[in-house]
Amino acid sequence: MNGAATYDLGPWYGGLRLPAEKAQSTAQPIREVPVPERLVLPLAQHSGDPAQPVVDVGDRVLKGQLVAAADGILSAPVHASSSGTVAAFQSWPVSRRFGENAPCLVIECDGKDEAVDLAAAAVDYESMQPDALLRRILEGGIVGLGGAVFPTAQKLMQARSMTLDTLIVNGVECEPCISCDDMLMRELPEEVLGGARILLHALGIDKCLVVLESDKPQALHAMADALSALGDERIVLKQVPSIYPSGGEDQVVQLVRRTEVPSGGLPTDVGCLVHNVGTVAAVWRWICRGEPLISRITTVTGDGVLHPMNVRARLGTTIADVIEFTGGYAERASHLIVGGPMTGKSVTTDRVPVVKATNCILVLSRPVPVGDEKPCIRCGECAEVCPVVLQPQELYWYTLADNPQRLRELGLRDCIECGCCDLVCPSHIPLVSYFRRSKARILELAAEKERAERARRRFESRSQRLEIEQRKRREDLAQQKLSAIQAGPEDIRAMVDRARSKKSDE
Amino acid sequence: MEFERRESPFGTPPTDVGSTMRQVLYALVPAALAYVWYFGSGFILNLFFASLFCVAGEAFMRRVRGKDVEYALLDFSALVTAALLTFSLPPLTPWWVTATAALFAVVVAKHLYGGIGYNVFNPAMAGYVVALVAFPAYMAFWPAPRIGDLDYHYLTFYETAQYTLTGTLPDYLTVDAITRATPLDALKTGFENMQTFREIHNNPLMGDFGGRGWEWIGNFVAIGGGWLLLRKVIRWQIPAGVLAGVLLPSGILYVLGSGLHASPGFHLFSGGTILCAFFIATDPVTAATSPRGRLVYGFCIGILIYAIRRWGSYADGVAFAVLLMNMAVPAIDHLTRPRIIGHSKHEKDKA
Repeated sequence: MNGAATYDLGPWYGGLRLPAEKAQSTAQPIREVPVPERLVLPLAQHSGDPAQPVVDVGDRVLKGQLVAAADGILSAPVHASSSGTVAAFQSWPVSRRFGENAPCLVIECDGKDEAVDLAAAAVDYESMQPDALLRRILEGGIVGLGGAVFPTAQKLMQARSMTLDTLIVNGVECEPCISCDDMLMRELPEEVLGGARILLHALGIDKCLVVLESDKPQALHAMADALSALGDERIVLKQVPSIYPSGGEDQVVQLVRRTEVPSGGLPTDVGCLVHNVGTVAAVWRWICRGEPLISRITTVTGDGVLHPMNVRARLGTTIADVIEFTGGYAERASHLIVGGPMTGKSVTTDRVPVVKATNCILVLSRPVPVGDEKPCIRCGECAEVCPVVLQPQELYWYTLADNPQRLRELGLRDCIECGCCDLVCPSHIPLVSYFRRSKARILELAAEKERAERARRRFESRSQRLEIEQRKRREDLAQQKLSAIQAGPEDIRAMVDRARSKKSDE
Repeated sequence: MEFERRESPFGTPPTDVGSTMRQVLYALVPAALAYVWYFGSGFILNLFFASLFCVAGEAFMRRVRGKDVEYALLDFSALVTAALLTFSLPPLTPWWVTATAALFAVVVAKHLYGGIGYNVFNPAMAGYVVALVAFPAYMAFWPAPRIGDLDYHYLTFYETAQYTLTGTLPDYLTVDAITRATPLDALKTGFENMQTFREIHNNPLMGDFGGRGWEWIGNFVAIGGGWLLLRKVIRWQIPAGVLAGVLLPSGILYVLGSGLHASPGFHLFSGGTILCAFFIATDPVTAATSPRGRLVYGFCIGILIYAIRRWGSYADGVAFAVLLMNMAVPAIDHLTRPRIIGHSKHEKDKA
């Protein structure tokens, strides 16, 4: 019975029904990109501190071997995704905004794809203590594959300190063009469900909702079949309507739990933990097969590529290699976007590698029409579509007025940058760009204030310390005088003599 | 391979200001045809002069302010102002009256406040009020609608143009001979003369609900408004608010004393109520922005329209009601801001 999916439309505000544009890339099965000549592995593929390299230039590495270890409380290790020789540590364009450079580890592959003993690394998780299991997950280099790339193990550890009742496995892939989660659920549903069971064990809870959109019937059938074959009563499939951005972490919780995640809080505040289906499958591959996170499914699509499809690419494969494998660019490819059309990042070169966060490679061939930015006419369409019920038009005015205080009050930090307001604006105001800049500015101001505050505290404690010392000196002096008076004239004379003889000695 | 860069999102914007304004103009076509049918070709001449001076004023101001001049035509907002102004003016209006209203609307009410998006007051209503206050005699010059048994004078296009341009009527006519009371005027003078609403309504000028002819124009305005609602060019809150604001007080008072007060249907179909609900109050620039705020904004306009008609000295109160509520918009926006997801109600009150 648990194979059947239930439908949910919790309280929902705003959002957009966007053309899915997914059929192009789901027409054929996931294909594996062969080992490239060169792998480029950025050390920071996750949020938090970059990993620290544990290999040297010239070392031979094997597939699955640790090449950079987690560093700090919030970090994740990086593994080699094929065998070869470490060629260099160098700065390389990555898929940050506009393809800025970042420190990377470059491996020249030997094409043998020799692996470390993966089977030996697999563990029997059911016999493990949750804490040991979490440590094990940490070693797999697994991060949130939905796009936020938060280290999974840390997320689980944080969740274990809260009262938790539900694990939500998020298969709501609401952004147009992206279909990697859809294809994963169609082809490898048992990996997703297996991973969900591992996480249930690690968290010590027995309720899991696998959430996916109602416009993905094939994924739904595959998951339902796999679930009834598995017969796990703890896991329930849930369908939600496909409205962008229903796949956001807080939005999914809102839909299936009918509660809002408090502002500035996490889903764990309302008893939920949300993991992307890809992340959950990666956990399964690591724990049950011993394969750390060295590859991921990514969607190659857009009218700038000849053959849209989903591929499984080794992390570190450059986008140029991936596109070449899929059949190349269309004639007028003009924009390369890593991520989806709503939240993706435009990069200037295809030398950037596929990393843990790369869920989609979108190539557009037409010049994206940019309307001139016109004055806001207060039409309020942006407010109609905001899933967080912000008033983007007011945020825009206070952004122009550079009023951080007011922006905070109006909830700028609650903005999830989904891009809905931006898309519907008839005056073509790039609202999200404005909001990103305002957020950065607010952080900057807060840091400045913090610095000033620290300096003030330092100054105050210093003057306090000086005052205490001075008072102590005065007290000591008074004490000496007092004791001298109490001692009487002979002793004073003796003291003076002693002082004189000391002076003459010098 | 190298690529161009751009910030997300990468979609094509579904609308722009120009197309929105254009749709408003399309929606006014049925009502304009009805207006011409009942009141003659003066409407066309008024529309011509209003458009001419609105666009010229817009272009001039854009040039003076160093903005691109061609956008004066492309965003169609000047033409919407001209159209709404034309609907407010009597069918026979000297061109210079129209020009004064149009230039005041665009130059003073719109551009001196910063141009489209920044104006506080509805430009068309500001222009109309200037004409109403400065040239009250011309603004009262309403002929009877073209209905068989009413004493109307049909003016040819040539005669209309002659009056509009030179202010002279054909020899056999005088202004007084043509002027008829509008339904709202008739109501006002009727009540002053101690007539009951039933007696006033027996006047041949009156139709089923409002004035004959007038109520048909109202129907066509409503059709255009409905189309805008369907196209989501406007949202339902402001029209609903305005209509409720007019119907509620008139309904209550009519129930309490049907002799002393006009029926809600009369108020709905007379004067500019429906035009205001769908086309004037819905001007986004000068209206409240949040859904709840728009309901409040529309409702207050409706109440004011009724209050001015009932207790004020002007026959209709649409323009004044809109301008008064324009002033209240910042307060309404502040007080009706919706709760942000994940915030408690309490927090919202603090903000």
